[in-house]
Amino acid sequence: MTPELPLSVLGLFGEAFEFIFNEQEAQTGTVMVGGPEQVLELAWEQLKITAYALALSLVVALPVGVWLGHLGKGEMAAVSIGNAGRAVPELALIAFMAAVIGVGVVPLTIALAVLGIPPILTNSFVAVRQVDRGAVDAARGMGMSEGDVIRRVELPLAVPLIMGGVRTATINIVATATIAPLAGVLTLGDFILSRNVYGDEGVLAGAICIALLALALELALAGLQRLMTSPGLRLQRA
Amino acid sequence: MSTDRSRWRALLVLLAALVLSVGVIACGDDDDDETGAADTAAEAGGQIQSNPENGDVTITVGSKNFTEQIVLGEIYAQALEAAGYRVNKKLNLGSELIALKALNQGEITGYPEYVSTALTSFFDVPPEQVPGDPQRGADQAKADFEKQGLTSFAPTPFASANAVGTLKSTADELGLTKVSDLEGESQNLTLFGSPECRQRVDCLVGLEGPYGLEFKKFTPVDIELRYTVLDKGQADLSILFTTDAQLAAEADKYVILEDDKGVFPAGNVVFVTDQATVNEAGPDYQETIELVQEGLTEEVMQELDARVDIDRQTPAETATQYLQEEGYIE
Repeated sequence: MTPELPLSVLGLFGEAFEFIFNEQEAQTGTVMVGGPEQVLELAWEQLKITAYALALSLVVALPVGVWLGHLGKGEMAAVSIGNAGRAVPELALIAFMAAVIGVGVVPLTIALAVLGIPPILTNSFVAVRQVDRGAVDAARGMGMSEGDVIRRVELPLAVPLIMGGVRTATINIVATATIAPLAGVLTLGDFILSRNVYGDEGVLAGAICIALLALALELALAGLQRLMTSPGLRLQRA
Repeated sequence: MSTDRSRWRALLVLLAALVLSVGVIACGDDDDDETGAADTAAEAGGQIQSNPENGDVTITVGSKNFTEQIVLGEIYAQALEAAGYRVNKKLNLGSELIALKALNQGEITGYPEYVSTALTSFFDVPPEQVPGDPQRGADQAKADFEKQGLTSFAPTPFASANAVGTLKSTADELGLTKVSDLEGESQNLTLFGSPECRQRVDCLVGLEGPYGLEFKKFTPVDIELRYTVLDKGQADLSILFTTDAQLAAEADKYVILEDDKGVFPAGNVVFVTDQATVNEAGPDYQETIELVQEGLTEEVMQELDARVDIDRQTPAETATQYLQEEGYIE
C-alpha cells in the first residue's frame, strides 16, 4: 500500500516543520493556522498550566510527604497513593470536574495536580525516610529541634529523590496538558486534537513541540537539582 | 515448607488473574463475526434476509466521532451482517476529513456522512448554497463523489445540523429566537464549542463572518460536554446538534436559535462508499442500507441518541434495539 514508506515519513516530518515555521491555510479552508506565533502562544499556555498544576501539587504533596517521612508513619498510604495515582483516567476526571466545578484554568489545574501529587508524595516520603539515621540521631544529640532536623539535615539529604519526584510529576503534567483544549484551555494539544483542521502535519508538529517542551523542562529541572544538591552529596553520588 | 506453599498459592492467584483478564479482553472484542445462516435470497419488504452469496464480501463500516455517528455505524454494520456480509467495524474515527481519508485509502468501505458536511467540507460549496431539499442535496453530493471513484446512497429521512443553543431562561431574558438576535448582545456572551469549531465555516467562522458576531469569549470543550457547560452556567451559548437527545428530552430547558442566515446547513445522512465495492457486493449492499434507514425520522434518531447519551446504553445495543423494533432483524 505504501511502497515508499521511508521517504513519505520524511515528507511528513518536512511538512511538520513547515507547519511550525510557516503559517498556512487550514484544511477546513478560510483561516490561517500554524506558524511560530501560534506555536509559541500554545506552548506558553501549556507551560503556564503545567506550572500552576505543579505548584499546587508541591503545596499539597511536599509537606505531607516530608512530614510523614520524618515521622516514619503512613508508608502504606504514601506508596499506595503513588501507585494508584498512575491509574487515574484524565478524561474522566476532566468530565467529572466539568460537571462539578466547570471547565477552565482552575478545574484543569486541579485535575492535572491529581497527576502530579502521587510521585511527589511518594518520593518525598521515601526521600526523607531513607536519610541516614546516624545523621539524624547526631543532629538530635546536638540539641536541634525537630524542625531544625528536618530543615538542616533531612531535607538537604533528601533533595535528589524529591527532585526525582518533581521531575516525574512535571513530565506527567506537561504530557497530559495536551488534552487541555477539551477543558477550555488551548495548548499545543490543539494541533493533535483537531486533526481535521491542522492535518497530519499539524498533528506531528504538535507532537514534536510537546516532546521538545517536555525535554526542555526535564533539562531545566535536572540543572536545578544539581544546583540544589549539596556538594558533599553530589560528590558522593558521582 | 510454608514458604513453598505460599509461593504456589501466589502463582495460582497470578495465573487465575491472567486467565480472567484474557477472558475479559476477549469478551470485550469489538470485531464482528459473520452470520452463518444459509437462508433464502433477497429481502422481502421488512425483514432482512441473509444471502449466502454475500458471504465472501467483506465490508468495513466506519463512522465519525460522536454518538449519532456511532449509532448509525452500528445500525448499518448489523444490518449488513444480517444480510450475510462479513462485516468489520471501525467506528469513532474522527472528523469528516479523517473519515474521507480512511475511505480513500481503503481502510473502510463506507461510512455515513451528512450531505451538508460533504458539500461544504469536501466540495467547497458555500453553506448558504447547500440545497434545502434533501433529495437535491443528496444528488449533488453523489455527483461530486462519483468524480472521485466514490458514490453515495439515498438520504435518510432525518437531517441534522450544528446549532447555537442556550438555556431557555437565557433566551427568554434576552429575547433570542434566531441567531441574528445576538447582534449587539453577543459581545457580552460566552460561546462554548469543540476545539475545531474555531476554524470551521459551519461554526465560529460562520458566526463571525456572515453573522458578523463578536463573542466575549470562545472556550473550546469536548463535544461531550456541550450541555454540561450550559447547565453549569459557564456557557451562555453552546454549539449543539439539532438531533440531540437532550433537546427532545428537556425541551423546556434548552432552545436552539434559528439559523436565519443559513450558515449551519442541515444535512440528511447518506452512506458514502467506494464504487468498486458497490460493483462487487451485489444489490443487497445498497438495498440493505437504504432499507434500514427508512425508519430514521428525526424523532427516532433523537430517541436513539437519548438512549446512548442519557440512558447510557451502548451504541451497539441501541442499534440492535432499533433494528428489532422496526422489524429489520429478529
